[in-house]
Amino acid sequence: MQWEIVIGLEVHTQLSTNTKIFSGASTAFGAEPNTQADAVSIALPGVLPVLNKGAVERAIKFGLATGARIAQRSVFARKNYFYPDLPKGYQISQFDLPVVGQGALTIQVEPLSGNAKPYEKTVRITRAHLEEDAGKSVHGNSQGVTGIDLNRAGTPLLEIVSEPDMCSAAEAVAYAKALHTLVRWIGICDGNMQEGSFRCDVNVSVRRPGEPLGTRREIKNLNSFKFMQQAIDYEVQWQIDTIESGGKIHQATILFNPDTGETRAMRSKEDAHDYRYFPDPDLLPLEISTEWIEQVRGTLPELPQAKQARYVSELGLSAYDASILTASREMADFFEEALGDATGQAKICANWIIGEVSAQLNRDGLDMTQCPINAQQLGGMLTRIADGTISNSGAKEVFRTMWAEGGSADAIIEAKGLKQVSDSGAIEALVDEIIAANADKVTEYRSGKDKLFGFFVGLAMKASKGKANPAQLNDILKKKLAG
Amino acid sequence: MRPNKRFMIPYRARFDKALNPFMSLSPADVEKVARLARLAMTDQELRAARDQLNNIFGLIAEMQAVDTAGIEPMSHAQDVAQRLREDKVTETNQREAFQAIAPQVENGLYLVPQVIE
Repeated sequence: MQWEIVIGLEVHTQLSTNTKIFSGASTAFGAEPNTQADAVSIALPGVLPVLNKGAVERAIKFGLATGARIAQRSVFARKNYFYPDLPKGYQISQFDLPVVGQGALTIQVEPLSGNAKPYEKTVRITRAHLEEDAGKSVHGNSQGVTGIDLNRAGTPLLEIVSEPDMCSAAEAVAYAKALHTLVRWIGICDGNMQEGSFRCDVNVSVRRPGEPLGTRREIKNLNSFKFMQQAIDYEVQWQIDTIESGGKIHQATILFNPDTGETRAMRSKEDAHDYRYFPDPDLLPLEISTEWIEQVRGTLPELPQAKQARYVSELGLSAYDASILTASREMADFFEEALGDATGQAKICANWIIGEVSAQLNRDGLDMTQCPINAQQLGGMLTRIADGTISNSGAKEVFRTMWAEGGSADAIIEAKGLKQVSDSGAIEALVDEIIAANADKVTEYRSGKDKLFGFFVGLAMKASKGKANPAQLNDILKKKLAG
Repeated sequence: MRPNKRFMIPYRARFDKALNPFMSLSPADVEKVARLARLAMTDQELRAARDQLNNIFGLIAEMQAVDTAGIEPMSHAQDVAQRLREDKVTETNQREAFQAIAPQVENGLYLVPQVIE
């Protein structure tokens, strides 16, 4: 029996402001408990929220980056529920008038199994709204009590809600990754998933083709792409098994347990979702002028998709290379800086970054921002490959040295004597000697044993201590062996 | 008594009942609202609250009867926009002062009766 999977995502991104959304308390991660919980964060009576311009600006950036309409007037609402990490008894959020309207994000999907080819898909974004984060509950300190740390309370969040446009775990993960790249790219969120800066809620339902939407269950708070895929796979199978064995799906909020790989329903109360939203009388409507929007638009960097398209059309890179180079802004910046004006070298530059640089970063467990060599160093080396100063094997040696000890390509080439011999006179002399010393093999070659060519190349390379310019050596050898 | 500001806000989703002047709150409605607000109320209090709330709804019904066609709804009683704050840290650590009035603290944490998910 065929089943269709329907997935929508709600992503909470912590905005990278210095201060909280409604007060001037710091949002720095990792401070001692409650040292950044000011009077507003702990909801002392009489305090009033004052909206952070930096949070609004980041929301505008996101809207512009996803082609969404920015609401020139939006409203903050109270979402009422009781939980100790939310001391006001309500969360300030946005309800029917969010700051960012409908937008879209185009994603590249790599199917997880089989020989299926990667494909492109556009996921619609329903809306994005500003809200405040809650504090943290710390369990297991003393018997019968829960500790509350309100440092995180009031941290600005942009909740990004997608349409249920995804129909596989692969698509959901591709969307989440694209969003993760985008928010870091435009500098509105640090994307640190361990610290909870980027948290995903996944709504999953299944249905038979052509049928109306099935009942959805919401997997809460996924903070890794791997867990997201596992959780969706498990949940989809569970829903299909439940329906096929005659059961019904009930709307529920569920948690994924990474240790068992299973999902389970959270305890729910019938009233849990009656949040009694109403406009927060403490906050006036947020008005955003066209001038402000245009000013923010001017600060937006070239977006990943535009960059990808440009790398393909202007630099002649493959779509695959272009998508890898734009996986993060650091990677793209590194590529462009290393390449400089030498646009003709784009392919070789891309190969080095996607190949050696990425592999070495992986081996050392580093990311692009921690790369021990900078773009100028790599660019300097690429220049020396292009002008024939070093061979490919010489370049590898330069790269290894650069990585381990630092230094410019020119200094390393000089110190290690890696400059290849491009002096045709010197190569000719060397080839003449080899031909003279191996008369029998030369005869064999000339009588049709073409395979011996490699033997001569080997000898010549050895004689030049690997420094002969390979292309030149080939030409000269061919000419001389032809007699 | 001044009318509650909140009820002056046209907020469609919340006031379905208010839109219909013939509709009034049942005791069960009041009980539910009380439960959501964590208010323990006696039967007598529930009845009193129901009567008061129905009176408020009467007032809303009167307002709803006014022809507001073509008038932009307001989400605040004052027709002014939100002033924004620069993103600069202005608060200092006052944990000690705040925790001096908390019922129970430990290692900098506020302690509350155990919460289980």
